Amino acid sequence: MNGVSITLAGCTLSALGSGALWWEDQRLLVVSDLHLGKSERVLRRGGPAIPPYETRDTLLRLEEALEATEASTVVCLGDSFDDVEAARALSEDERLWIARLQAGRRWVWIEGNHDPGPVDLGGAHLSELPLPPLTFRHFAQTGQSGEISGHYHPKVTVQTRLRKISRPAFLFDSDRIILPAFGTYTGGLRSDNKALSELMRPEAMAVITGHTPRLVTVPR
Amino acid sequence: MVEALPTALEDWFAARGWQPHPHQRAMLERADAPCTLLIAPTGGGKTLAGFLPTLADLARSDHAGLHTLYVSPLKALAADIKRNLRAPVDEIGLQIRIEDRTGDTSQTVKKRQRVDPPHILLTTPESLALLTSYEDAPRIFAGLKRVVVDEIHALAESKRGDQLFLALSRLQALCPDLRRVGLSATVDHPEEIARLLARNPAPCDILYADPGPAPDIAVLTTEEAPPWSGGGAAYAIPAVLEQVKAHKTTLIFHNTRAQAEIFFHNLWLANDEGLPIGIHHGSLDRAQREKVEAAMVRGDLRAIVCTGSLDLGIDWGDVDLVIQVGAPKNVKRLIQRIGRANHRYNAPSKALLVPANRWEVVECVNALEAARAGDLDGDPRGPGPRDVLCQHILLTAASGPFAADALFVEVASVGAYTDLTRTDFDACLDFCATGGYALKAYDRWQRLQQRPDGLWQLRDPRAAARIRMNAGTIQDSDTLKVQLKRNRGGKPLGEVEEAFAATLSAGDTFLIGGQIVRYEGLRDMTVQVSRNAARKPRVAVFSGTKFSTSTQLSQRTLRYLQQAHWPDLPEHTADWLRLQGEISQLPEPDRLLVETFERDGRQNMCVYGFAGRNAQQTLGLLLTKRMEDLDLAPMGFVASDYATLIWGLDEVIEPKPLFDLNVLRDGLDGWLAGNALMKRTFRASATIAGLIERNTLGAKKSGRQATFSSDILYDTLLKYDPDHLLMEVTRMEAMRGLVDFARIEAMLSQVGDRIDHVRAPHVTPLAAPLLLEVGKVPVQSGSAEERLLAEETAALMQDSGLASV
Repeated sequence: MNGVSITLAGCTLSALGSGALWWEDQRLLVVSDLHLGKSERVLRRGGPAIPPYETRDTLLRLEEALEATEASTVVCLGDSFDDVEAARALSEDERLWIARLQAGRRWVWIEGNHDPGPVDLGGAHLSELPLPPLTFRHFAQTGQSGEISGHYHPKVTVQTRLRKISRPAFLFDSDRIILPAFGTYTGGLRSDNKALSELMRPEAMAVITGHTPRLVTVPR
Repeated sequence: MVEALPTALEDWFAARGWQPHPHQRAMLERADAPCTLLIAPTGGGKTLAGFLPTLADLARSDHAGLHTLYVSPLKALAADIKRNLRAPVDEIGLQIRIEDRTGDTSQTVKKRQRVDPPHILLTTPESLALLTSYEDAPRIFAGLKRVVVDEIHALAESKRGDQLFLALSRLQALCPDLRRVGLSATVDHPEEIARLLARNPAPCDILYADPGPAPDIAVLTTEEAPPWSGGGAAYAIPAVLEQVKAHKTTLIFHNTRAQAEIFFHNLWLANDEGLPIGIHHGSLDRAQREKVEAAMVRGDLRAIVCTGSLDLGIDWGDVDLVIQVGAPKNVKRLIQRIGRANHRYNAPSKALLVPANRWEVVECVNALEAARAGDLDGDPRGPGPRDVLCQHILLTAASGPFAADALFVEVASVGAYTDLTRTDFDACLDFCATGGYALKAYDRWQRLQQRPDGLWQLRDPRAAARIRMNAGTIQDSDTLKVQLKRNRGGKPLGEVEEAFAATLSAGDTFLIGGQIVRYEGLRDMTVQVSRNAARKPRVAVFSGTKFSTSTQLSQRTLRYLQQAHWPDLPEHTADWLRLQGEISQLPEPDRLLVETFERDGRQNMCVYGFAGRNAQQTLGLLLTKRMEDLDLAPMGFVASDYATLIWGLDEVIEPKPLFDLNVLRDGLDGWLAGNALMKRTFRASATIAGLIERNTLGAKKSGRQATFSSDILYDTLLKYDPDHLLMEVTRMEAMRGLVDFARIEAMLSQVGDRIDHVRAPHVTPLAAPLLLEVGKVPVQSGSAEERLLAEETAALMQDSGLASV
């Protein structure tokens, strides 16, 4: 599989080009910030009718990641739904699809700021998931270690010889990994944003997503 | 019946020893005609001709409420007309209220105008469209008798015009007796503009004023040779300064804001006598612009360096010379700009062209020849764009419930939309109501709902404010305000593009409003700067205005290159063309010249099709797609009226197979995918159609993770709904309905296998201007990016001891 390996708290993890994180030893796949149902929420709140295809596109890519890894556990790191009502508004097809993906696996929905309440879909709903020595939560907390989180949608800009290239990226240091957003309708926060540069150690590195994930230095 | 001038007006003319021009009389006689287009040269009293019937009517009888609506493409023009109309109205002694209403008008005044409209309201297409979107529109426009569209030739070229003519169809429904008047500079196809102005199928008559003497235009020749490429024209500063000294007032036009800034900066450095010279362009702060305009009106300035923001019929009094820096991309624009000089009807306008580089010397000489031959160019526009129609439907919904049948009849009376089918109209309505997707989802939240009585209305009336906030067809790229750094809000200087601001680091210097400033940081989405005395600034990259192509001029220029000698070119430029012949060769009709050369680590390929910018752009799209398929790692391209320059990581050794028409045609459907140009076009159309909101109530753009790029919407539609209305609109726009592919096809079939490949040792004279051409289109997500990333990160992976698994 196409991944860059990262060691955190003695555990070997692999940052995949899709933006998912793979923990081989546990056969555990982590994705963050799916924002399913975003188009429904925008429309409901009086905004424009953006194309209602983000849920199926996100699920399609998630399915591909699951087929490639044959994961036995899936952890969604929060903001899986654009809000709790958007989760309720998922179509029957989309619910069945999620159920199909969940079949035969342990599935954990971590709460995010967009989806603080439980949703009526299978899987466990947790505020965070401790799997020592690692902890999975939505928001990174300062002072923690062995922490895997999402929320910020980090992206990184690489200055190559002829062009600047900007893509979603994993940020990591000896304490934590922050995942890029996996959802189709998501933007990115530049790694040099104060929120991220204050959170990460100066020696933090990044893995940019894409056809081939690559290790890069983090612009701060 | 011959309409006589009321005594008060007759006396006013007589007191000045003036006679109304014949076309002004004619307009008066046609006061009751439903639609009239007046073609008159600038300086011919065109605006007064448009207003005379109004003044005559108001002089004869009292009128309550709005009488005449005047629409112009520029805010500055509305303000100018207000000033110029006020004087005669006061002198004649008419009790008439004249007010303007533009983006610069305060909220208080705007509110008051809705309750108590003036007799004459001067406005812009955007402000008019908004006015028609209010629930009280019927009351605001009650009694409206006339609408005057000024500089209609400029509006006719753009979506702003489409929006305006749609708004007029609404007004006509509110005021059935509304008379339409259009005022235009000289154009090649007046009947096309008349059709746009008409309430179709009813006709619109055309009146021609005496065109006056031919303009006096020449190319400014200098001892100093212009550079091979670039648009600054710094070499011509001393010669231009001499011209400024020799004239009373000079307008110096530039094609882009960035060029205007640099030129003004250099002019100022060379201005040893301290002549009063100002700068005026659309990115400057409003207060700064108004200061320059006022100084100009007072006659305090000897020269103004400007862009299109000063373009179009503004009456600046004593301007006796117009200088155009850089080749005018089409001749029509050139003639209209020159209309600025010498606003006296009987004296020829005087203008000088200053080519910025040597290719532009060639273009200017040919443009002049075209102007003398009366060969005004410009391509016809296609049918009315559907994104603008979508916005019109939304604005109509904002004003209140409407019947689809009635709205369709209104729309079909608009010249650009007469061929619109009911099916197309219904697709636009469905897009506005539901999004118009193949997947029907979230029906309960749809934006427009059909009531039991059949009328359509907004589901949530609060959406009206949101729709109004996002109205308009001008695609400003996102801009940030620039401000001097102070404790409490420093002086605003103007705006720069967000993309440019993102490239700045603390300490960088750039030009704005003719001064050099130092970037200090970003606060509350405002660029904070300090004054800086650096002599060499980094340059602010305002995107250049994209000019429409001029195929005729390109073809004329290609024929010109075939001459054995160029006696009408300055020696330096003729030498430069001869050098092209030595290093490479001169392009010929019925052959295709392809040059390849390396520069700065990039492999370049330059293709001289002389097919006009749009067709050359289409060629760039097709060729980069082919090159990607052949693993040649293309990185981007740029097109001009005469050539396409493509750059990438690998050299094209054998170009001929790239031009195989059948393969290119096969690529036609596929090339849409993932292309930056398509995404750019989609973004513009989706914004106009209301799918992407530029502004939301009270929300300020802050945390960037909340917003995602419109490219994602494009990619999603391409994947799941490729036949969606907006994808269709995007394809139409990007390819102008396949017209330009047809042009490429014609060119390539004519060329056959007569393709001349020259491997040049370095950049050639003719390719050089393209290196600094605006409008570069990157090829993203291709193999080049992966290879560049691999290069960049390979060393790092080694050093860190981490390996890919």
